[in-house]
Amino acid sequence: MKVMAAVKRVVDYNVKVRVKADGSGVDLSNVKMAMNPFCEIAVEEAVRLKEQGVASEVVVVTVGSSSAQEQLRTALALGADRAILVEAADDLGSLAIAKLLKAVVDKEQPQLVILGKQAIDSDNNQTGQMLAALSGYGQGTFASNVEIRDDSVTVTREVDGGAQTVSLKLPAIVTTDLRLNEPRYASLPNIMKAKKKPLETVTPHALGVSLVSTNKTVKVEAPAARSAGIKVKSVAELVEKLKNEAKVI
Amino acid sequence: MAILVIAEHNNAALAAATLNTVTAAQQIGGDIHLLVAGHGAGAVAEAAAQVAGVAKVLLADNAAYAHQLPENVAPLVAELGKGYSHILAAATSNGKNILPRVAAQLDVDQISEIIAVESADTFKRPIYAGNAIATVQSSAAVKVITVRSTGFDAAAAEGGNAAIEALSLVTDSGRSAFVSEALAKSDRPELTAAKIVVSGGRGMQNGDNFKHLYALADKLGAGVGASRAAVDAGFVPNDMQVGQTGKIVAPQLYIAVGISGAIQHLAGMKDSKVIVAINKDEEAPIFQVADYGLVADLFEAVPELERAI
Repeated sequence: MKVMAAVKRVVDYNVKVRVKADGSGVDLSNVKMAMNPFCEIAVEEAVRLKEQGVASEVVVVTVGSSSAQEQLRTALALGADRAILVEAADDLGSLAIAKLLKAVVDKEQPQLVILGKQAIDSDNNQTGQMLAALSGYGQGTFASNVEIRDDSVTVTREVDGGAQTVSLKLPAIVTTDLRLNEPRYASLPNIMKAKKKPLETVTPHALGVSLVSTNKTVKVEAPAARSAGIKVKSVAELVEKLKNEAKVI
Repeated sequence: MAILVIAEHNNAALAAATLNTVTAAQQIGGDIHLLVAGHGAGAVAEAAAQVAGVAKVLLADNAAYAHQLPENVAPLVAELGKGYSHILAAATSNGKNILPRVAAQLDVDQISEIIAVESADTFKRPIYAGNAIATVQSSAAVKVITVRSTGFDAAAAEGGNAAIEALSLVTDSGRSAFVSEALAKSDRPELTAAKIVVSGGRGMQNGDNFKHLYALADKLGAGVGASRAAVDAGFVPNDMQVGQTGKIVAPQLYIAVGISGAIQHLAGMKDSKVIVAINKDEEAPIFQVADYGLVADLFEAVPELERAI
């Protein structure tokens, strides 16, 4: 069966972002970009399904500017077979991205689509659920284990009190939690091979998708800074401060 | 204008996060209706009717809603929601699972994890792991929103007297089925609601050493959390994780033990009122946000702290 993984190009998770002085957004010029960590896990899971003989082909897809080709090449180096770039603005909302992915899903007809549970820039945690709703498929969000059996997929999900297991009919949508797997590193020979793998570019117009959003970002500001605290010298001093100064115990 | 709030519950009790969501709804303004979708959830509806500020409780009680599978609950909420100006749910694993599906069915964008209400259509929410705060305006006919519970006080659980209306509408997609669940058991207060939280990181070295934190927590009546490093190393189960990808807490007192203070961890606890850091590395980033820092070996400091309280 065919498995699709969706990836997103985001600011590297180690970068401490700075808010622009005019409040228009976060300064992304000359900042290191990378594949969203949850998306790496999605690609890894898809590639493992192929290695287990469950998946016959792994297609990776992204929505973004042409520079997102870098992240598609990374996914190809990790073991995906081919890539699709839906060339659009970098700051589309989750609903627009879900609609574009739905159009790609309609065309490619994968049995399983794996996405990260959230992107570490917008922190929305929406796209997988929206894609599932638009395509009418079942959803296994925040997955820590995925098993395919015949025409269904069993997904163990991270929920607030512990873990929950659900069974979904295929085709289905899965979003990854950090604990699903440990992504591999791309080897140099695989990076070289990835350059020859097919990468197709399509436009939202060709997919017939409208990108209208009902959300508008009015302002982006830095969070209130915490004032620097003090260092205490002993446990006794700490307890004294907590009791008499902060009055929290 | 009326607001539909999706109740968070386990078919037996109403979760505390619902009360914070009701407060957010009150700040938006309008009649507040609480939807209880579940199976055998009559007691939850009774409790929901007592919540101060709730005008009406809608009870959808059917086996199809027993485990709140989004494939079944989202169509119900989307259908009901068409008559409301706002649909709100707590940003719990359930709320995050169901609500984007509702938004897509209504063809509107969702606003996730709001921390403040500016007006009926404008909200604040953290982005980039809490390193920036975005003000977002929605032009949607039905505004679909999840609420970060630490951003709002809890509404009073008593004092209300809402009518309970049973719904007959059943939506069962047949695309998903509940198999099993494994819930972690704990006598300590729930992490997101605890007044005091004691958290351990990689510095704890192993799961057994968490007993020092449990002893301290029991003395303080505190919840026990962990950093992602401690969870990934297998010291403790992952529902204890505090951070961008785990739980968001904002207790009165947060004690971080053997935690370096990575961005991803700070995103989950930096709104705590008082932060205490105990770490032997005086360069650890956690000291930059800690109100009180103690540079010491945690294996000496934590038992001493427990005895001193």
